[in-house]
Amino acid sequence: MSDVVLSLQKLHKRFGALQATNDVSLDLQQGEIHALIGPNGAGKSTLIGQIAGNIRPDEGRVFLADTEITGMSIAQRARLGLGRSFQVSSLAEPLSVMRNVMMGVQALQSHSFRFWKPVARDQQLLEPAYEALERMQLSHRAWTPVFELSHGERRQVEVACALALKPRALLLDEPMAGLGPEGTAKLTELLEALKREVPILLIEHDMEAVFRLADRISVLVSGSVIAQGDSQTIRQDPHVREAYLGDSDA
Amino acid sequence: MTNNTPTTNNASPGHSTAQESTSARLENRADSHFDRKGIVQIALLGLLLLVPVAAYFLGHIYYVNLASRITIIAMAAVGLNLAIGYGGMVSFGHAAYFGLGGYVAGISAYHAFDFTPFMTWPFTVPGSDSLLVVWLAAAVLCGLLALAIGAISLRTTGVYFIMITLAFAQMIYYFANSWPTYGGEDGLPIYLRNGLPWLDTNNALNYFLICFAGLVLAMAITSRLMKSRFGAALTMARLNDVRLATAGISPYPIRLMAFVISAVITGLAGALYADLNGFVSPTSLSWHFSGELMVIVILGGVGRLYGPLAGAVLFVMMETLLGGITQYWQLFLGLVLLGVVLFAKHGVMGWLAGRERNE
Repeated sequence: MSDVVLSLQKLHKRFGALQATNDVSLDLQQGEIHALIGPNGAGKSTLIGQIAGNIRPDEGRVFLADTEITGMSIAQRARLGLGRSFQVSSLAEPLSVMRNVMMGVQALQSHSFRFWKPVARDQQLLEPAYEALERMQLSHRAWTPVFELSHGERRQVEVACALALKPRALLLDEPMAGLGPEGTAKLTELLEALKREVPILLIEHDMEAVFRLADRISVLVSGSVIAQGDSQTIRQDPHVREAYLGDSDA
Repeated sequence: MTNNTPTTNNASPGHSTAQESTSARLENRADSHFDRKGIVQIALLGLLLLVPVAAYFLGHIYYVNLASRITIIAMAAVGLNLAIGYGGMVSFGHAAYFGLGGYVAGISAYHAFDFTPFMTWPFTVPGSDSLLVVWLAAAVLCGLLALAIGAISLRTTGVYFIMITLAFAQMIYYFANSWPTYGGEDGLPIYLRNGLPWLDTNNALNYFLICFAGLVLAMAITSRLMKSRFGAALTMARLNDVRLATAGISPYPIRLMAFVISAVITGLAGALYADLNGFVSPTSLSWHFSGELMVIVILGGVGRLYGPLAGAVLFVMMETLLGGITQYWQLFLGLVLLGVVLFAKHGVMGWLAGRERNE
């Protein structure tokens, strides 16, 4: 099982009477895109929170490669190689694209208690950040402040920020949200190229993109995984069609 | 961003070509020092230096001491600006560090004058009339106090942070008020100004120059700090702490360190202030003074390197000039503050020198 990069084992999370996560186990393997889909209120956000570190599960464990990260902080998980992007863009808007991406590089290289050397001329920071931007085809925007970017470009910056961590796994929360057809097509292409190096756990609403990109799909309904498999299997699964695709005459 | 100076982004606007040198590709412009902002800054600092020197040689010692006062208040505000402006930590208790620094100077001089030790157990700590010793002690003690207060306060945010820093400062205020050994609410006089081995600190101009050097050093350190990796992390903690954590850096230790550095700067200003006045009292620990420092930072321009200086000049000048005419001068201060907050959000420096640019 050395190919498993991220694995969730029997996660449970309850908020009062609501079972938000119910016995969820899934894994992410080297070289794949594993999509997580589910209708609104299925518990996707809660599950992401438990992987990223802002929500503690009641039961169950989370592993990144061979390290258990269940009790770790968001920052610790990031340093171990869990890169993530957010559903709602969360970049520092007044700063340049480069400044946003450099943060991850800085975290990787050492602690941040370095008080003297200016970062603006620190090639050790600039080079890797620039590389991450190039992979998202955004290097021409390196010194543009984030607030001047289009929505689609911000999405690409988010992914570049995650890439700057040299992540072992990427957790992308609805990266296509709010993108037009052109933006979706471009991001789809970029992610497809990326997955060979970094496996991606993709949470996405855009079914077309999911069916095109995902090697495996897990369907989450009311906190439980009701089906798992490749896109063909999921398309034809009667439970999924009923619960999610709204197709009752399957 | 630049709104008055030509844009100098040299990062290629199109696609980068292989011929471009790495440094040209990666490095983002260096500003000229002689744009509008640079001129305003040099003028401010130059006036602050030249006016008291001229006053001294014209025999107006009063104005030399007034300039020392402005300089010290500005330095205290530079410290607070690091917390509020750069770190986004709205501390309403920075008088605690200013006052503690002052009491270190006062208590040390008191024991040196009396030839009595400050404490004898578990080891003997004598008083000292050396500024260097006073400064060192003030810096260490203010740093430790800020470490303790910050470690607790920084677990909260927003209005709770404001209130908890205020609460800690008030505790120290009442403690000083009720400690009779060092004057209690009457305060503690310093009969002889603490000295330096190679400089007559009783000379008004010499003492001003010491204060001026302190201010310039505090500003230079702030500037350098904010350009470093630590500064980059602190900026991100202020703008978006979720992004910082997601990038793998915990915001809490970064903020705590900035809070401690901020307190040390303000505390050293407090030590200078006590020696300037030859007196330290609980007033310097009061919430009223914390508020004044905040007003100065806001007046000058939050998060601007020269903001505290501009704010302190404006504040002390109004206090001195208007205060000489009417005891209701704070009414006018209120109006000015209102004007700044409503019409010049980036403070006096924003108004004079244009908006600050980010990278």
